[in-house]
Formats: sequence, structure tokens, C-alpha cells
Amino acid sequence: MATRQTQFLARALLSPAVLLLFIWMIVPLALTIYFSTLHYSLLDPGSESFVGLDNYTYFLTDPAFLASLQNTLVLVGSVLALTIGLGIPLAVLLDQPVVGRNFVRLMVIAPFFVMPTVSALVWKNLLMHPVSGLFAWIATSLGLTPIDWFTDAPLLAIIFIVAWQWLPFATLILLTALQSLDEEQKEAAEMDGASATSRFIYLTLPHLARPITVVILIETIFLLTVFAEIFVTTGGGPGLQTTNIAFLVYSQALIQFDVGSASAGGLVAVVIANIVAFFLVRIVGRNLEA
Amino acid sequence: MARKVTARHVAISTLAAWLVGFLIFFPILWMVLASFKTELEAFATPPSFLFFHWTTENYATVQERSDYLHHALNSVIIAGGSTLIALLIAVPAAWSMAFSPTKRTKDVLLWMLSTKMMPPVGVLVPIYLIYKNAGLLDTRAGLIFILCLGNLPIVIWMLFTYFKEIPKDILEAARMDGATVGRELIYVLTPMAIPGLASTLLLNLILAWNEAFWTLNLSTLDAAPLTTFIASYSSPEGLFWARLSAASTLAIAPIMIIGWFSQKQLVRGLTFGAVK
Repeated sequence: MATRQTQFLARALLSPAVLLLFIWMIVPLALTIYFSTLHYSLLDPGSESFVGLDNYTYFLTDPAFLASLQNTLVLVGSVLALTIGLGIPLAVLLDQPVVGRNFVRLMVIAPFFVMPTVSALVWKNLLMHPVSGLFAWIATSLGLTPIDWFTDAPLLAIIFIVAWQWLPFATLILLTALQSLDEEQKEAAEMDGASATSRFIYLTLPHLARPITVVILIETIFLLTVFAEIFVTTGGGPGLQTTNIAFLVYSQALIQFDVGSASAGGLVAVVIANIVAFFLVRIVGRNLEA
Repeated sequence: MARKVTARHVAISTLAAWLVGFLIFFPILWMVLASFKTELEAFATPPSFLFFHWTTENYATVQERSDYLHHALNSVIIAGGSTLIALLIAVPAAWSMAFSPTKRTKDVLLWMLSTKMMPPVGVLVPIYLIYKNAGLLDTRAGLIFILCLGNLPIVIWMLFTYFKEIPKDILEAARMDGATVGRELIYVLTPMAIPGLASTLLLNLILAWNEAFWTLNLSTLDAAPLTTFIASYSSPEGLFWARLSAASTLAIAPIMIIGWFSQKQLVRGLTFGAVK
């Protein structure tokens, strides 16, 4: 029968992708779990021994872990607040009748296409340099003292760079959602005498609730693992001031060569990401049926 | 549009939008300007905005001193290669799920999505060690492989949402007219699938070109794409701002153009079809 043949064909076409992704997910993760129970240092090969949960105790009680967890949360929270807080008004603005809207939109989304290493270095040198950067010149012209961003407020500097990269993403998604808002509804509200403010609060914001949720979840997944921006600007410092969990795991693995402890840290990162992923998958899944 | 729009409204929102757009774009513009300055002018306070001695020597220096073209070629091969392989694997899979869905299709799709949620640091240690033992560190093949796997879920998802929109009646009509599976594929499906394929290809190229976790950790020189190459400017070459700007401008220009062309599909791809 043709259908059985089709079914077989369908399965044969699907299996390479499933198999690859399955291996990609299971093998490294299983190895990470295995390594996390070992005393395993690349500087001291051949001395691997089973230590149970010692690496977790070590990683979770390390003051660096608490500092980096705090930095991670501050970074994710601030960037989310900035991108959504600025993204909503920006999307509303771009939804207005604007002459040359397409060109403005190109300018607004441009930062999203800049590779992280470029945006971090351009911001760090050309803009935020305490003596020759543009911000320093603006501050001096206004009679203020220039801020030495990467000494006095390194985490804030990173937050600004990352927020600049993700603002276009939030804006673009919110704008797309706004444009699908029924024009007739807006008109009806206007005719009924609703003010611009109440139209925004009772019509626009509820309509944006779902896209905002999507932005929060997707950004969180990427922001939890911000790496390149820290790698090229501060290297996690000064001290631990800009070390997030991703960077801490990296430095334990590839700078201190402590495989066991880095693996334990990696799993902590996986657990945190999974909590977010759980909600995202549910939202996307609900959409699949619609 | 039926609503009344006053000229004043248009004027104000146009002015505001252009101002904000300019501010957001400004760092990129500033970088491009700096790439045409001499090192002294790039560093000067007060800065010169347009009236400086324009020069292209930084672009020549970048190529001479650090072999820019070598890294650009790596980026092209790694981003292009990983995208093509991902498409080869994803097209049949997405096609099969869109046209012969089973009870489990939804679960399979969501499971694929969940593999994308795994933070790369979670598997950095084993991947690094496997690559080290297999001699894959700092090789293009190693990077192509890992970027391909990393982006495969997004590629499958995007293709699936596009394929699902192809009306099935057309296939039945073609079959009634006696078309074989092969003809069906070439004359009916392919033309309808090309727009979706093209936007998936472009989005994936952007993601792979800008990927900066695996490229930074798994490549140093031979296979280093532009992300790693630019990172080498963090010290001490970073003191040369004009040169850094020239290298950066070259590194982002191609992807900026591709990105602007594919901006409409971007939303759909990055939200896994949750926002269209």
C-alpha cells in the first residue's frame, strides 16, 4: 500500500536529524555528568579519581559561584528591563506614520547583525574609553567628569553593550506584533472617545503580552550565556565583578584546567537554563496547535 | 488607512523616529568613520566627525599585518558549510514532518527545540576534550560540525513552519494528474518551497557568521573565523583604533547586507514561529 510506503519514507527522512540531535544532546551531557563526579585536572593527567559530589560542594560553596550567579541575574534582569522598557516605546513609535520608515527600521535593527566581539570592542574603545572615547568627550564638554566605565562600573558597561545588541530584537518582535493589531479595533476605541493613554493600556499592552513573554524567554536563554562580550573586554574582572556563570565555567575549564569542577558548574548552568526552557517550550507548543 | 492622520503627527513622529534610529545606529557609523581616519585622528580629542583626512590605508594594513582574507575565508567556509549541511539534514526532516505528520510530530518538534536550550557551557568541557583528542581543535571541519548541530533545531523549525503553509491539495491534484513523486518534488514542491528555503538559509548564515562561543573556544589561528580574529584586537592591537575599526567594518559588512534583506523573516525564525 502506498501509505505504508509513504510512512516508511517519512520516517527514513526524519531519522538522520533525530539521531544527530539525540547524540548531540546525550553524549556530551552524559560526559559532563561523568566528569563532574571525578577529580580531574588537565595539569595532572592520570590522577583521575571518583569523588562523588565533592565538585558540586566545591563549586556551589565557592564565593566565586555566588558572585557570578549574582552577576548573571543582574545582567539578565537589567538587559531584559532595558530592551523591553525601551523596545515598547520604540515599537510604538515605528508603528506611527513615519516618513522613510523602512530606512529608520534598517538603522534600528542594524546592531543585531554586528558580531559580539566587534560590538564589545567598538564600545569599549571608541565610545567608553575614559580619555579618548566619545562619551568622555561629551562628558567633558558638558563640564562633567568622564566615567572610567571598565574600572568604576564594569558590569554596567557590559549591560549597556549587551542591551544595545538586543534592543533591535525586542523592538522588531514587538513591532511585528503591533502591526498585526486590528486597525478597526483601534478605530472603534478612538471613536468611543478613548484617550491615547487608555488605548495604549487597555488595547495595545494586552495585545503585546504574548510577544513580550516570547521576548523575555528567548532573550533569557541567550543572555544566560553571554560570553564573548566579557571575554574581549574585561576577562571577568576586575576581580570577579563581571564574571557570570558562563565565564566562570570557561575559566575553570580552560584557564585553571579543573575539568571536574567546571563540569559541575556546567551542569548548574544547564539546570538554570532548563527552568526557563520549560516555560518557553510550553508557550511555543501551545502555539503549534493554533 | 481610514484613521485621520494630521501633518503635525507625521512630522513629530518622523522626527522622533529618525533621531532614535540615528542614535541606535551611531556606534556603527562612528566605527566606519574611524576606519577611514589615521590612528592619531581616531584617538584625538575633541574628535573630528567628518572633516578629517580620509584615508584607506587601515584597510591595507589590516590585510598585510594579519592576513584578513584568511580569516574572512574561514568565516565563509564555516558559516556557509555549516548552513548547507544543516539544510541537507533539515529539509528531509521538515518535509516529512510537514507532509506526513504522525501523533508524535509535535513532541519531536518540541524536543528538537529543547536541545537548542542547552547552554553551550554545559557541554564545553567534554566537547573541548573530545576535540583535543580527535585533533579537531582549530580546524574548520570541527567548527562546521558544531555550528551545524547548534543551529539544526532552528533550521528544522523554520523550514517546518514554511512547508506547513504549502497547501496539500496541490500535491493531491498533481498526483491525480499522474505525477510521480520525483516530478512532484521538482515541479510542484520545489518552486513553492524556495522562498522559505532562502530565508532559512540567510538567517542561519547570520547566526553562524556571528557565533562567538564555540569559535572563540575552539579556534585560535588556522581555522579562526572573523569573530576570533577581531577578539585578537582586545590587546595589545586594540590600541590601534583605526585598524580595529577597519577590520570590524570588513567583518560586519557582508552580514549586515544579508541581514537587511532577511529582516522580515528574522522574527519568525528567531521566535520559532511564535510571532509572525
